[in-house]
Amino acid sequence: MSVQLWTYTFVGITFALYIGIAIWSRAGSTKEFYVAGSGVSPLANGMATAADWMSAASFISMAGLISFMGYDGAVYLMGWTGGYVLLALLLAPYLRKFGKFTVPDFIGERYYSKTARLVAVFAALLVSFTYVAGQMRGVGVVFSRFLEVDINTGVIIGMLIVLFYAVIGGMKGITYTQVAQYCVLIFAFMVPAIFISFQMTGNVIPQLGMGAKINDGSGLYLLEKLNNLSVELGFAEYTKGSKSTIDIFAITAALMVGTAGLPHVIVRFFTVKKVRDARKSAGLALLLIAILYTAAPAVAVFARTNLINTVSNQPYANMPEWFTNWEKTGLLGFEDKNGDGLIQYTANTQLNELTVDRDIMVLANPEIANLPAWVIALVAAGGLAAALSTAAGLLLVISSSISHDVIKSVINPRITEKQELIAARLSAVVAVVIAGYFGINPPGFVAAVVALAFGLAAASIFPAIVLGIFYKKMNKEGAVSGMVVGLLLMLFYMLKFKFGIFDEGKSGVVGLQSDWWFGISPEGFGSIAMLVNFAIAYIVCRFTAPPPDEVQEIVENIRIPSGAGDAHQAH
Amino acid sequence: MKTLDKNKAYWKQNLRYLAILLSIWFLVSFGAGILFKETLDHIHLFGFPLGFWFAQQGAIVVFVLLIFIYVRLMNKLDKDYEFDED
Repeated sequence: MSVQLWTYTFVGITFALYIGIAIWSRAGSTKEFYVAGSGVSPLANGMATAADWMSAASFISMAGLISFMGYDGAVYLMGWTGGYVLLALLLAPYLRKFGKFTVPDFIGERYYSKTARLVAVFAALLVSFTYVAGQMRGVGVVFSRFLEVDINTGVIIGMLIVLFYAVIGGMKGITYTQVAQYCVLIFAFMVPAIFISFQMTGNVIPQLGMGAKINDGSGLYLLEKLNNLSVELGFAEYTKGSKSTIDIFAITAALMVGTAGLPHVIVRFFTVKKVRDARKSAGLALLLIAILYTAAPAVAVFARTNLINTVSNQPYANMPEWFTNWEKTGLLGFEDKNGDGLIQYTANTQLNELTVDRDIMVLANPEIANLPAWVIALVAAGGLAAALSTAAGLLLVISSSISHDVIKSVINPRITEKQELIAARLSAVVAVVIAGYFGINPPGFVAAVVALAFGLAAASIFPAIVLGIFYKKMNKEGAVSGMVVGLLLMLFYMLKFKFGIFDEGKSGVVGLQSDWWFGISPEGFGSIAMLVNFAIAYIVCRFTAPPPDEVQEIVENIRIPSGAGDAHQAH
Repeated sequence: MKTLDKNKAYWKQNLRYLAILLSIWFLVSFGAGILFKETLDHIHLFGFPLGFWFAQQGAIVVFVLLIFIYVRLMNKLDKDYEFDED
């Protein structure tokens, strides 16, 4: 069977599965639509959270990014997993105890203020929309390369599938499709990783293969070999990296805290039955995520070594079929600058003849390693599962923010349960259409705004929730001013140093590097904005009235897993 | 024990666990993986320089362990204070 036939088979089977699950798990009430009736088991929620979290970026882009960044790639590896420790220890159990539907729900009620709720809605929408556009684009790329349809057709097919199961099933449908999607994506990621690890090092476990000796008779460890190759071509040693320590520190912190503040991740912990289930499912989610996240740096090393060995100083005429296939997509490019017919790949931009888009490292890896056709097809199905599962989770956050936090809580509290459910479904439809539009006409800054999404979540939502739980005396004035200042500061820094709005535009951004505050890049600035949020909230809170007693009682109450009622009777 | 005191004692113990676990969280990631990376890189674990290993794999493994330890500690604490939900 050809790669294309295998791909159609896998994608067809998995899509049929997702649709089947959606029909089986229709949502009948707002509680089912928003939080799957709070009846999801810890393991199912762990799997769903893992799929929700691992997006097209984790599946398709991350290993490729790391393979070009070397040690510096650790910011993603630690940043996108360390946040789960914060989530499990500082947020999830208490938010589950609070037991409402959305993140703005918590912020609105804890800070007894519609303003606080609306600021949280704004942050949630901003974060989710920037994120979802990237997912839709990922769907389009996979379709265009593996099924040879137009990118836009790919986006539309993806939209229709998500639309179907998100609108019918709500959180309930999304949860169980995500469980299936986790299985598909982890299998699709690990199978080629295992094959390649065995090929290159004789070790079937990729996580260990990364630290093993390479099978080429040189007797060198794989990482030593890659360090040597990198230096030969003029790059930094792979295990060294080139960012400054303070920037690595700040980016890692911003990604960790941003992860813990992402509404589509937090809301997953509203779907389990009990507080202890929330803790346990956070652990399971991270365990399931860690399988991919510890394999990704290994895949990065394999892919980088393979790529250099295959192309460096080789005649262009001898390149295998995958090379021309990827050239057609524009993601791989060769320009014979010195006309010798060989591919010169080096760190020197003037002499370098090969351009590689980071995204193809995972997608092309099985082809570069000559793996069987079905493995290549599996990767396509996995990439789609990763993109669709995250898109669905984000769409739910968008639709519930609108139907629940804006329409039901602010505009018209008297709408009935049935009307709210219709509003939720309609909002989901509108959200899918907008996301699809951005997928088809991607703003040139998608990659840039994803970093912004983490920074914004770190600067706004995370501090507000943590203070709400751990600092009983935090009041609405403090929380709102903290969130607003944090958000504005983060936006200002991004606009200035990422888009060059106040200077000479995008072209001038590189020249502004020396002006970075404390030498911290816009990607890492979320950690500073978060600290500012905490500081402002605390200072303002000290000079304004403490929160009402009943709010302080809510805080006492969410700190204890059970017995809210019992505690009162015991007085 | 009065309910209020009991709640306070439970919360205090929870905070103590958090302080210990989050210190470890900080040490393995920001410590071993970033601040002391250069020094640790002189030590090798199979083909891995140790600091590099912490940054790209080790910290993640510890993160997973930390959450499961927290789950166990809190389940026990809930039981001791009769705060479990069953």
